[in-house]
Amino acid sequence: MERFARDSFANPTGSHRASREARQAIDESRDQIASLLGVLPGEIIFTSGGTESDNTVVFGAVRRTGGVAVTSNAEHHAVLHPVEHVNGIVVPVDAGGVIDLAALEEVLRQTPNVAVVSVMAVNNETGVITDMKSVSRVVREHAPKAIIHSDAVQAAPWMDLAPITAVVDSISLSAHKFGGPKGVGILWLRQGISVEPLMFGGGQERERRSGTHNVAGIVGTAAALAETRAEMDTVVRRVGVMRDRLVDTVTATVGGIHEVAPRSSRVPGSAHVCVEGVENEALLFLLDQANVCASAASACASGAMEPSHVLHAMGVDPNLARGALRMTLGHTTADADIDLAISALTESITHLRRS
Amino acid sequence: MRVLMAMSGGVDSSVAAAELIAAGHDVVGVTMRLWGGESDTGCCSVSDVEDARRVAQQLGIDHVVFNFTEDFNRHVVDPYVDAHRIGVTPNPCIECNRHLKFERLSERARVLGFEAVATGHHARIIHLDDGTPRLARAHDRAKDQSYVLYTCDRDELDRTLFPVGSMTKDVVREKAVALGLRTATKPDSQDVCFISRQGGRESFLGNRIPLRRARVVGTDGQPEGEVESVELVTLGQRRGLGGPGGGPKKFVVDIKRDGEEATVVVGPREMLMTQFEVIDNIVWPVGQPDEVVGAGLAVMVQCSAHGETAPATLQVNEGRLHLNWFEPHLRVSPGQSVVFYDPTDTYVVGGGIVSASRTQ
Repeated sequence: MERFARDSFANPTGSHRASREARQAIDESRDQIASLLGVLPGEIIFTSGGTESDNTVVFGAVRRTGGVAVTSNAEHHAVLHPVEHVNGIVVPVDAGGVIDLAALEEVLRQTPNVAVVSVMAVNNETGVITDMKSVSRVVREHAPKAIIHSDAVQAAPWMDLAPITAVVDSISLSAHKFGGPKGVGILWLRQGISVEPLMFGGGQERERRSGTHNVAGIVGTAAALAETRAEMDTVVRRVGVMRDRLVDTVTATVGGIHEVAPRSSRVPGSAHVCVEGVENEALLFLLDQANVCASAASACASGAMEPSHVLHAMGVDPNLARGALRMTLGHTTADADIDLAISALTESITHLRRS
Repeated sequence: MRVLMAMSGGVDSSVAAAELIAAGHDVVGVTMRLWGGESDTGCCSVSDVEDARRVAQQLGIDHVVFNFTEDFNRHVVDPYVDAHRIGVTPNPCIECNRHLKFERLSERARVLGFEAVATGHHARIIHLDDGTPRLARAHDRAKDQSYVLYTCDRDELDRTLFPVGSMTKDVVREKAVALGLRTATKPDSQDVCFISRQGGRESFLGNRIPLRRARVVGTDGQPEGEVESVELVTLGQRRGLGGPGGGPKKFVVDIKRDGEEATVVVGPREMLMTQFEVIDNIVWPVGQPDEVVGAGLAVMVQCSAHGETAPATLQVNEGRLHLNWFEPHLRVSPGQSVVFYDPTDTYVVGGGIVSASRTQ
């Protein structure tokens, strides 16, 4: 990656020697990624991130067919907002945070021309996993022509993606979620399925996404995905133990800690909790002062924390949702980090409840 | 001292932050996100937050954003709409200062371990000989904002700083230029932040409450015209009453409501003159002075954000606070705040809201 960021400046679509070198780097990255996802290299489209990948599928499918986009109300805004923008249908999730399959079936039965159904594989706030196989079964039966898309951005660090690509038509990935550079995304689109591009221009990516390639970013993405996959089993086990220790210790020490979904239905890197009797904005400030970087829901354009639409969708009591805290562990998290988080959390929560 | 500096993204709070840092305080900048809807009046917008953040970066302090939109809706926007619905004229900026900049932010700051909250308001805090803190007028009298801060109570005064209150606006801008702050030439915000210039009050209120057409009549009951929305009419208003041009100037002297029917009465300016007002929602920042239940307390009174002051006495009469003007004074629209200053017109002794119900 560093070579292409520093020394090799050629545009991969040129015809000279330096271009060919860049071209080869992209082609190799594409092969590597395709094999890790269990798909064909020609099905991989490089984008600027998960958001662009999601937007491409939702807008592209609707524009291509004139049909309707369907998603759940707990999706990432990169899916939810495009679907709302094209007046799509938003299906509720159940209390566990998974799309209500009966409601989805009902929508698909009543909507003759569904263009795309987009359901995230792992929720970005709560870490809740959706079984894509069961979603796929419902969509294939009731809307056989619809593209099944899955925002798998949060799944990539924690699970083998091949079983997901086996049952859906497209997925979005974002490199920085698995240790790659920010600003690079992947859109996998099953062969034979096409959507209108968002970007027109030089015709890169088989005219599915114009724009000069981010060569260094793409090379870094492939390397990061390969490493993630190679270490996944160990990391999943190790991080799961740390997450449990973090949540269990804090719960035992201060009490009033609620998990909105059982850990068994969530990825191991997610330590999402609702802290009773605490405003998360104040808690985040104190954690930040103690060098613990956490989040609450998602930030709006101003940088302010917005109330979580995901917890609202799950029917979590708004008072409890005000104390939502989203802590994420990753492959670099160490036991010492957990120790720091535990002490900062217990001290901050105790302080805020007393004040 | 550990200080939480409220940074709106304007030049005053930018320079205030710089002053605190220069004085050796440990400063964290905060921008409150208050209005969640659309805005084009240059307040509470994303670009203001960006300005505040960039200034904080330039000054080398941390900057955070607190989302108080729910509180803002509950304490400022909803009461603003309700006030118009029942025909009184609200002061949303005062309610915002009262509930958001002081109660909410001050409490959050205390919980987070800050010893004081600072804002970029043009006002000062002085201490009388007995040590009592008082909210005083700014050094730059033309920019003085003590009127919109009168609800600040003693606890809050003890924990509040106004670093630019003793500077003129020109000096503030000079300092901003000298520091190379991007907000140096930013114009002052003037309007209510949640009302867009494009749509105005009419479109804002029209989306929330039914606006009713009303007849405009003279004091003799003769029709003079019509207004589109009686909810937007204010006592003392002269323009936009649909009357014919020319002739003597006519002012709104009464707004009569009879169920769904409303009538606006216009008349000569003399009819707006009064000797007294009744005041509700009274705030005495350091306690009620004894004189108001005795012989009466002499004060100087200000009735709008940049209005002139006039002398009056305050006295409780049949359980209600009466403001008796020395000289006949124009009626103040119900819902407006009146702020009482000491007889030298230097510091705030209290304030309240003009009552919609008076017996005369």
